[in-house]
Amino acid sequence: MQKVYPFFLEAAWVTILLSVLTAILGLTCGALGAAARLSRFWVLRFIGAAYVSLFRGTPALIQLFILYFGGPQIGIQLDAFEAGVIGLGVNAGAYMTETIRGAIISIDKGQREAARTLGLSQWQAMYKVILPQSMRLMIRPLGVNINALIKATALVAAISVVELTYTAQRYIGSTYKPFEMFLLAGVLYMVIIYVVGKGIAWLDRKVQIT
Amino acid sequence: MTEQTDFVQIRHAQKSFGELEVLKDISLSVDRGQIVAIIGPSGSGKSTLLRAINDLDALTGGEIWLDGTRVNKDLPHRQYEKHINEMRQQIGMVFQHFNLFPHLTVRENVTMAPMLLKGLSKDEANALAEEQLDHVGMLERIDYYPSQLSGGQKQRVAIARALAMKPKLMLFDEATSALDPELVDEVNQVMKTLAEEHMTMIIVTHEMDFAAAVCDRVLFMDKGVVVEEGPPEVIFKKPTQERTREFLRKHIEGAK
Amino acid sequence: MGLDFSIIPKYMDVILLGCAWTIGITVAAALLSFVGGIIFAVIALYAPWIVRQPFRLIEWLFMGTPLLLQLFLIYFGLVQIGIDLPAFVAGIIGLGLHFAVYNSELIQTAILAVDKGQMEAARTLGLSRAQALRKVVIPQAVRAVIPPIGNNMIALLKDSALVSVIGVSELTLSAQRVIGKTYRPFEFYMLAAACYYVINLCMEWVQRKIERRISISR
Repeated sequence: MQKVYPFFLEAAWVTILLSVLTAILGLTCGALGAAARLSRFWVLRFIGAAYVSLFRGTPALIQLFILYFGGPQIGIQLDAFEAGVIGLGVNAGAYMTETIRGAIISIDKGQREAARTLGLSQWQAMYKVILPQSMRLMIRPLGVNINALIKATALVAAISVVELTYTAQRYIGSTYKPFEMFLLAGVLYMVIIYVVGKGIAWLDRKVQIT
Repeated sequence: MTEQTDFVQIRHAQKSFGELEVLKDISLSVDRGQIVAIIGPSGSGKSTLLRAINDLDALTGGEIWLDGTRVNKDLPHRQYEKHINEMRQQIGMVFQHFNLFPHLTVRENVTMAPMLLKGLSKDEANALAEEQLDHVGMLERIDYYPSQLSGGQKQRVAIARALAMKPKLMLFDEATSALDPELVDEVNQVMKTLAEEHMTMIIVTHEMDFAAAVCDRVLFMDKGVVVEEGPPEVIFKKPTQERTREFLRKHIEGAK
Repeated sequence: MGLDFSIIPKYMDVILLGCAWTIGITVAAALLSFVGGIIFAVIALYAPWIVRQPFRLIEWLFMGTPLLLQLFLIYFGLVQIGIDLPAFVAGIIGLGLHFAVYNSELIQTAILAVDKGQMEAARTLGLSRAQALRKVVIPQAVRAVIPPIGNNMIALLKDSALVSVIGVSELTLSAQRVIGKTYRPFEFYMLAAACYYVINLCMEWVQRKIERRISISR
């Protein structure tokens, strides 16, 4: 049992790295997606809606496979880790688009109107009035998205990235201790999720006060 | 157990929530066929007293008897459950907010308990539901869902649902308080019909005119005690207690 | 190597069979997760402490770890302790239990949110607590959670792709097998994605239908 610890810790580090990079990419895509979906131009709105619909309407695993295995056919050569980050990040971005958009449109229309009557431009009203308020509403649901994203990093085991689930699978197969291996990986996942959850709760509190 | 004088008897009812004593040694008896109104300001304990009669709010002291059987008997948990369920079948209750089951049609609202608890067949229960709904003038809405009814209609269905269990006693907990003014009358009409049929009823109400017209006896409660009780002519026209007078004065002003 | 979609019709039967498996697995796991969700919710809320606490722990483990890891545990783990389930059974159980835990969370919240007047009205008629739960409270809670449970079921469809990893020949693995023969990953994974997307749209349509049906009885 002791012998496997270093492998699991190393794998946990890969999972953390994957999660962080995926979250950054996801948030970026989410912000862009939300901006597109709320845009004045129908082309952008259409692109945003199509992005959300297609990426939420198909399995992340398939998206990952298309990128990793199918990519070379259209000239995209990525190693498994890169493909994992990009595939999962763009996928998470589709969910985050809806979270961010939801938080923005739930701000009362009166707020925008009040800002506009003061003479603020459309953009100023969004930037100064709507966004700061919707920020408070989106932290928690984005936290839920990030929680899901951490668990979704397990998918890259299917393209042989040596992260926690891949490692657990390998040792479930080679040792006769399936439950121990599961628990070991499980505990590491839960530690990561717990820490991230605490961080989000802290951020949420901070944003609520201001 | 057969020690019986009156149909409904409340003896030394006492109820506290921690430090707060909401019922202080209340005794009351109601004859068969009698209609008693309980009036009083909010927080006076009148709803708590009513809810104690079928043990929705358990008393901390005292006894309640219905037709020779003690309602809130001291029994081990399992037996008590069985006992109280049997007692409650004999006591109909109508709530301020109707509490119709939104997932069931009007018909199913009425037939559920008789089928489940009295073993009525579907046909028997349907016949019973039609009879009871006809009684409250809701027969044509029998296959509607509660969400499709007005407040007054909901309350009439709720009354029919309670009556379908053939209760010996009906409790009304501010049955018209949540209704729009123009819908109050249809519910009052149903209650009047029940009165004419000599149903024993205990009614917690804010409607003094209705209480005066229908009830045999009126209780005025305040701060957990019965301040005054008597026939409606006396309570509403010549109350002896200052607190009663003050309450009625405020109430009339409030109504204006 | 460029793209060549003209190869698709030749293998369409394999892909369609995969679709059928995916739909079957999704429906079976959805039913399991729905019934399981109700049972779990009742345990979590009403079972005695001694049952509730270990149960909470299991629930917590299921919510805090990836589905893929759970599938590995159920499939490979059970084999090692002598329970050799066919892969698709293990897949249905894994998916079903995983989503049962999520459904249970929703149902618990919904049970607690049912107006307490409903329980009172049922008790007043003489129903026991268990009868009131069964006939009055739980049916209402279930109606209230049908929209979010519908979302869970759509998530289940997409997560059913994961059971390909333990060797269930559903849509994803069927695509993989075809790719093994043709070396055309882009074309066939795209095709699989399109199939999932269509099934997904159908599920959303059904969900809207059901929501409209129940909106009147809420």
